[in-house]
Amino acid sequence: MDAATIYGILATAKGFKEISRRKIKKVPSLRGRTILNVFYENSTRTRVSFELAAKRLSADGVNISASGSAVAKGESLLDMAQTLNAMQADAVIIRHSSSGAPHYLADRISARVINAGDGLHEHPSQALLDIMTIWEKFDELDGLNVAIVGDIAHSRVARSNLIAMKTLGMNVRVAGPATLIPRELAAVYGCEVCDSVSQAVEGADVVMALRLQKERMNSGLLPSLREYSVEYGINAKLLKTTGDNAILMHPGPVNRGVELSADIVDGQRSVILDQVENGVAVRCALLYLILGGSQP
Amino acid sequence: MKKTIYDATEIQQALNRMADSFPMSSTDAPWAVVGIRRGGEHLAARLATLLGQRVGAEIPVGYVDITLYRDDGFGPNDWPEVGVTEIPFPLKEHTIILVDDVLYTGRTVRAAIDAIIDYGRPKAIRLAVLVDRGLRELPFRADSAGFELKTTPNEHVDVLLSADGGEGDQVTVGPRGNGEEVQQ
Amino acid sequence: MSILIQNGRLIDPVNATDKLADIRIQNGKIAEIAAAKSLNPGPDEELIDATGKWVSPGFIDLHAYLREPGEEYKEDLESGGKAALAGGFTTVVVMPNTHPVIDNAEHVQYILARSRALGLCEFLPAGALSVQRKGKNLAPLAEMQKAGAVCFTDADRAIANGQLMRNAMEYSTDFGMTLFSHAQDEALCSDGHMNEGAASTRLGLRGMPCVAEESIVARDAMLAEYTGAKLHFSHLSAAGSVARVAQAQQAGAAVTAEVGAHHLLLTEEDVDGFDTSAKLNPPLRTEDDRLALIDGIRTGVLCAISSNHAPHNSVEKDVTFASAEFGASGLQTVLPAAIKLVDEHDISPLVALGCLTSGPASILGLESGGLACESTANVTIIDPKENWEFTPERNLSKSTNSPFLGKTLKGRVLKTIAKGKVVFTV
Repeated sequence: MDAATIYGILATAKGFKEISRRKIKKVPSLRGRTILNVFYENSTRTRVSFELAAKRLSADGVNISASGSAVAKGESLLDMAQTLNAMQADAVIIRHSSSGAPHYLADRISARVINAGDGLHEHPSQALLDIMTIWEKFDELDGLNVAIVGDIAHSRVARSNLIAMKTLGMNVRVAGPATLIPRELAAVYGCEVCDSVSQAVEGADVVMALRLQKERMNSGLLPSLREYSVEYGINAKLLKTTGDNAILMHPGPVNRGVELSADIVDGQRSVILDQVENGVAVRCALLYLILGGSQP
Repeated sequence: MKKTIYDATEIQQALNRMADSFPMSSTDAPWAVVGIRRGGEHLAARLATLLGQRVGAEIPVGYVDITLYRDDGFGPNDWPEVGVTEIPFPLKEHTIILVDDVLYTGRTVRAAIDAIIDYGRPKAIRLAVLVDRGLRELPFRADSAGFELKTTPNEHVDVLLSADGGEGDQVTVGPRGNGEEVQQ
Repeated sequence: MSILIQNGRLIDPVNATDKLADIRIQNGKIAEIAAAKSLNPGPDEELIDATGKWVSPGFIDLHAYLREPGEEYKEDLESGGKAALAGGFTTVVVMPNTHPVIDNAEHVQYILARSRALGLCEFLPAGALSVQRKGKNLAPLAEMQKAGAVCFTDADRAIANGQLMRNAMEYSTDFGMTLFSHAQDEALCSDGHMNEGAASTRLGLRGMPCVAEESIVARDAMLAEYTGAKLHFSHLSAAGSVARVAQAQQAGAAVTAEVGAHHLLLTEEDVDGFDTSAKLNPPLRTEDDRLALIDGIRTGVLCAISSNHAPHNSVEKDVTFASAEFGASGLQTVLPAAIKLVDEHDISPLVALGCLTSGPASILGLESGGLACESTANVTIIDPKENWEFTPERNLSKSTNSPFLGKTLKGRVLKTIAKGKVVFTV
């Protein structure tokens, strides 16, 4: 996706943000289309966001929640694809624990496929809403300083953001436990890997903290949550070293006291709730741009 | 190939005629003006000013973006520009004068009315257009039209309007180019 | 039955010959070799005009998974045999990870009996190194060797327990056995699906780092030196592994190594788009690794190219990348790797074809007479210049998981002769 496309999507999303603030939060643009949410991983936030987006466009959004061990291996994704074709869906929004699952589906079904997060690979709509939130606070994105902190290795949010930010010319610094930062990160995404969180955060305009999952402790990648929060958590003191109008972001849900100290989550710099609101707007824009054309 | 058929002076005169057709004494009052983006924006503001002068009070102005209400989607190579609808006054207390530069098939008006109704329930909606070029596809009629033109489908009517009525204002008619939208 | 191959370029790495020649085959053996165009055709003799073509000893594959017994839906010895012949192979070592596992004399005999009955290429059984391939106890190696097993390996499972590997090596020295090692630290590869590197970072797939292979290559090479065993490394994939094998060879250990054809032609970039036919174990690595493997052939550290033919059904491969089984089908696409070495990497045909003939033969201790009089007539005739498309119709395997399906390759097997009979013609 080039920069022009990103800005185009965000401009469209801005229009949709206004609709979500009206009393009647609905426009007829995708009236009668069928949009299926196929979520193989649990997710309230993203699923509801896409669901609302579909409904705001007057489409029929239906949820297919497919979790469970038999399905977890991904064997029945082929069956799912054939079922989706039979249902004549216009668009399928898929979240799956396997990187590449949306590509797999897109090769096999006639509906449009939107990736709501695949394994460790990408989460494009999240990156778009993150960029939108940043753009609301800073006019010029080129050259902006961003710090991304946390479990980069397991974060599709980080990967998608790294791709978008590189395209838009932002300077990204990354910090986190060495076991959670892929060795080739700098080479692949053109970001800077810092030795410490304080180094990454200093002078940043945007501080983005990633969610730490408890499984990482079980896999021997980290000793404990406590150690993580001490060495890598973002707190008020660190925020003081950032740029003048710096903002604090997090894809949610936040582990208070781990990635972010409780006081700053709701603090002045936090735009976490804006991210959520922008999520619906961005997803409206995506659905509209993908399905709203005059071609069937 | 394009011909200017009305110039800035004639346009201003037409606007005045349009303002006259919405008298304060009408049971429709109080008025509010809503311009259809983007052709009706400057028109709406200027009409509201003229109305305001007659009435001796400020007439509220709003704008409605109909991109998401169109019945024809957008073309394969188009990038739709979704503008923001602003209606900064309570709909149910006003009669809306819906304003656009050109009235043609009527589909834009249909979309605008749907957008406004989603916002709320106005007392009534009246339609004011600068140019009515005929060739309706839906049953709409302008309550006030600055000019009435007889045109054919392979002609294109262009309205150039500024915010304050400068020399460059004009209405032109010319042959239709390729890929021009037919909504209005 | 008499065959006369006329005017071909005879390239015999076993006897180090590279010359234009006529070859006569009679009664299953090479009867006569003479200067090109000098032999007169006899009555009823089948004539093969090999002008502009290469004539090589039949290829020997050290590593193929033919899925019989137990998984015949993916492949069996018959379909695998036909694919092998189409790839120029007259001898194939079949891996023991079947169901049941080839870990005793009876099962070894089964493979040999089937080989005789089918009369296609010759199948040589590899016996499992540990009972049931569980990596705990030694399988009856001597018994299997007497029954005809040519080497021992747990196939696609690494021997995690150093003690077991040492024991197997020490035991094997009494019998002159050759052990094949699938060198991989499984714990370092847990949940990995491709090479750990830039591509895996980009694709969001967990990786299997080079060090997982290199560390076990180091361990096993040192154990081989320590015990004096004959050790052969299957399908190496990393530059560091080649270096360690070279080191061990210099120190005098009886260590040999091979590379799979796929690793000579492809890299981790070929996984792009989540193509499961490029999901291999060991994984495709970087271009630097690929070039190091080619260099290993040039210097003689690596002396064999194997097919690593691993057929899988769509049930195993038509799934998301993380869920897919490892392995690609490959018997019919090995020659193009050798041809590429000659064309683009300055390696002589003798060395390149040596990796398919003399190299594997010496690793297994086979008495391959190459193309000399009185030796068994296993001959492969090649067009080194022909570009051909590997279409679905030409694929003789039951499975379609080849990264080359539908692609054009250079270097084609035109005819394969096994034991003096033409068994494959293009």
